[in-house]
Amino acid sequence: MLEPLILQEENNQEKKLPNEKYEKLQKYIDELPVKEGTLIQVLHKAQEIFGYLPRDVQLYVARALGVTGAKVYGVVSFYNYFNDKPRGEYLINVCTGTACFVKGCGAILEAISEKLNIASGETTEDGKFTLNGVRCIGACGLAPIIIVDDKVFGRVKVEEIDKILSSY
Amino acid sequence: MKSLEELKAIREKAMKKLNVRTAGEEEIKILVGMGTCGISAGARETLTAMVEEINNRNLQNVVISQVGCLGNCFGEPIVQVNIPNQKSILYGKVTPAKGKKIIEKHILNGEILEDLIIGEAFH
Amino acid sequence: MKNSRLHMLVCGGTGCESQDSNKLVNALNLVLDKYGYKDEVEVIKTGCFGFCEKGPIIKVQPDDIFYVEVKPKDAKRIVEEHVIKGRKVEDLLYNEPVKKEKVERQHDMSFYKKQVRIALRNCGLINPENIEEYIAVDGYLALGNVLTTMTPMEVIELVKESGLRGRGGGGFPTGYKWELTYQNKNDLKFIICNADEGDPGAFMDRSILEGDPHSVLEAMAIAGYAIGAEKGYIYIRAEYPLAIHRLNIAISQARELGLLGTRLFDTDFNFDIELKYGAGAFVCGEETALINSVEGGRGEPNAKPPFPAESGLWNRPSCVNNVETFANIPPIILKGPKWFSGIGTEKSKGTKVFALAGKVNNVGLVEVPMGTKLRDIIYEIGGGVRDNLKLKAVQTGGPSGGCITEEELDIPIDYDSLKSIGSMMGSGGMIVMDEKDCMVNISKFYLEFTEEESCGKCTPCRIGNKRLHEILTKITNGEGTEEDLERLVTLGDMIKDSSLCGLGQTSPNPVLSTLKHFREEYLEHVVNKNCPAGVCKGLSKKKPVNKQ
Repeated sequence: MLEPLILQEENNQEKKLPNEKYEKLQKYIDELPVKEGTLIQVLHKAQEIFGYLPRDVQLYVARALGVTGAKVYGVVSFYNYFNDKPRGEYLINVCTGTACFVKGCGAILEAISEKLNIASGETTEDGKFTLNGVRCIGACGLAPIIIVDDKVFGRVKVEEIDKILSSY
Repeated sequence: MKSLEELKAIREKAMKKLNVRTAGEEEIKILVGMGTCGISAGARETLTAMVEEINNRNLQNVVISQVGCLGNCFGEPIVQVNIPNQKSILYGKVTPAKGKKIIEKHILNGEILEDLIIGEAFH
Repeated sequence: MKNSRLHMLVCGGTGCESQDSNKLVNALNLVLDKYGYKDEVEVIKTGCFGFCEKGPIIKVQPDDIFYVEVKPKDAKRIVEEHVIKGRKVEDLLYNEPVKKEKVERQHDMSFYKKQVRIALRNCGLINPENIEEYIAVDGYLALGNVLTTMTPMEVIELVKESGLRGRGGGGFPTGYKWELTYQNKNDLKFIICNADEGDPGAFMDRSILEGDPHSVLEAMAIAGYAIGAEKGYIYIRAEYPLAIHRLNIAISQARELGLLGTRLFDTDFNFDIELKYGAGAFVCGEETALINSVEGGRGEPNAKPPFPAESGLWNRPSCVNNVETFANIPPIILKGPKWFSGIGTEKSKGTKVFALAGKVNNVGLVEVPMGTKLRDIIYEIGGGVRDNLKLKAVQTGGPSGGCITEEELDIPIDYDSLKSIGSMMGSGGMIVMDEKDCMVNISKFYLEFTEEESCGKCTPCRIGNKRLHEILTKITNGEGTEEDLERLVTLGDMIKDSSLCGLGQTSPNPVLSTLKHFREEYLEHVVNKNCPAGVCKGLSKKKPVNKQ
């Protein structure tokens, strides 16, 4: 395994990320039959292991695959699915697809944002919730929808939000 | 997969199972009355026996369906046979053995079992 | 294999699964077991029935009874009544909203009556996690026929003759695309399936992958044989975990039976498929951007030519087709090109799947012949506008499309007619809007989307869409002027003419088409500072403009 870098300032990390996680990632990379063209695949795995992709992890992936850090950052910042900030304990996804939009997902997102005092893409101070807008999960019959981790709440009304949030 | 024949052999086997699902208008339908009295008269055993018989004989165009009370409580278990473009036939007091016989005679050979008939079908 | 007398088909699509259809399956099995009916009745989790509005759905065969909105707690009643006593559970039957009557059979439901299911033929019929059920409905027979009796060129000619066009949006003739890739000689070629469904509000590709994954695998192998590729990739959104799961099962089952791998049907043809995960970028629906993403990089489009048919993945000839396009291939091979070209209009053959959503009674997936009138889709299949409100517009083609008004509802829809009225087929998203929707706000929604999804490579798209969005925000905040409307048109036309790829070339469509059809509503916003629909905050709400 390569020695992980520690860039604490940029990383907002108090300490180095655990070595076992790097080892797990390295093992995955070692087992790839070819390394060419696997950057996105490896980043998916890294995000699954670490929960997010901080700068340290991005640079580790760069060195392990023999590509530049700029290329890795370019890919991480390009795709919605990758995030470089830690996630809260629960992820609240508000569907903002067209079907949910015409059924009032805007008000739902606003209400949650107000209630938790965070904007879309942010995490609450206590690290409990992260709020995100997602594009269509394809259950348009249930619009508007919010998804907390894997649990789907369909035909959500603004009045129900307190109840949903307080169940976590 | 070595050949089309091999694929077709898998298909034949699997189709038997899906036959129930793909039933269309052109199929022969056997309805078994499964009201309370039908069940207590042994309709379920008859139904099971007939399903078995159809499977054993590998009949593709016959489906069995259970329905509510057919209205002739004196004759339970009741079995109705609907063959497309033919008059429906209503059989009464159909034991498992008689059920198998219906399939053998009526469905396969077109011989109606006169002595089992109890009346006109409503639909 | 046991042969049960009764099959309960429970929808296992994402929509129904998120409403506990999994628990329902377990509950049914539990109750059946308790009453001792396990050997007579089989519970099968199938793909999407399309009738997402009323999920979870159970269809009981051979009785053809259709239950809607079934909760896990209903399992007991269904077994006690339907299975044991042969009586329908009345209150779980579908209530036709227009005629206000209960409908028992799927065939009698107006939602299904006008549909012709080719791409969705097996969704809701077979268990997608069992290859034998796919084989039972003639699965892999087309591949077998092609490999043992046809030359690649004969396959291409057949697909060309069928008139099949790409279902992902562009509408490029599929057979012709295959031919171009076939003609470019190379020792390595690739077939790629575009499963990066990016249009927010369209979910037909996901439903096909979830409900009938083998049909896509089979079609990819056929396409591979036709163009001379031994390797296929499916580029799929990581946001579709269920589809990924079912594809993985399907691929391993196909490998096990030797329907993927080496020397298929004892011929010299080898073919295998690998999944590549996308990571959420709308622009990756564009084929060159998709190829860049499969290579592991940023999904930015390249200038064409060279086309992928010449130089695609790893600079080798590659052919990219969409999921729905592939799903049409096996039936075309088995039933013949004439059968397929007999359906549809002169220039658009076959059927198209639409994701009907928004303010319509029956939200769901519908597959209709090309040339069906929009009015039939919305009022007959869709059951009309919700709450008896008036229809205002229908948006087709997602962020690349435009809106269609009441007056245009009788135009038979196909690729060309939609284009002629300023919209497009796109991937088949269809959003119904009523009088309570503000068209300026809808345009703003789409522009916000394209601004976010623009990859930034070319200036007109990167900056132009941002400016369009800013102007629309200004208007919805009540600060717009009449000159702004002219600016929207000039800028919109410019972006369309000068952008590099399909995203930018179509992104102004929503604003241009609403501006054309609902100019009065825009004027009301900028002149009277009034939002007739009462949607835009910061604007007054006076009586609605009587447009129609």
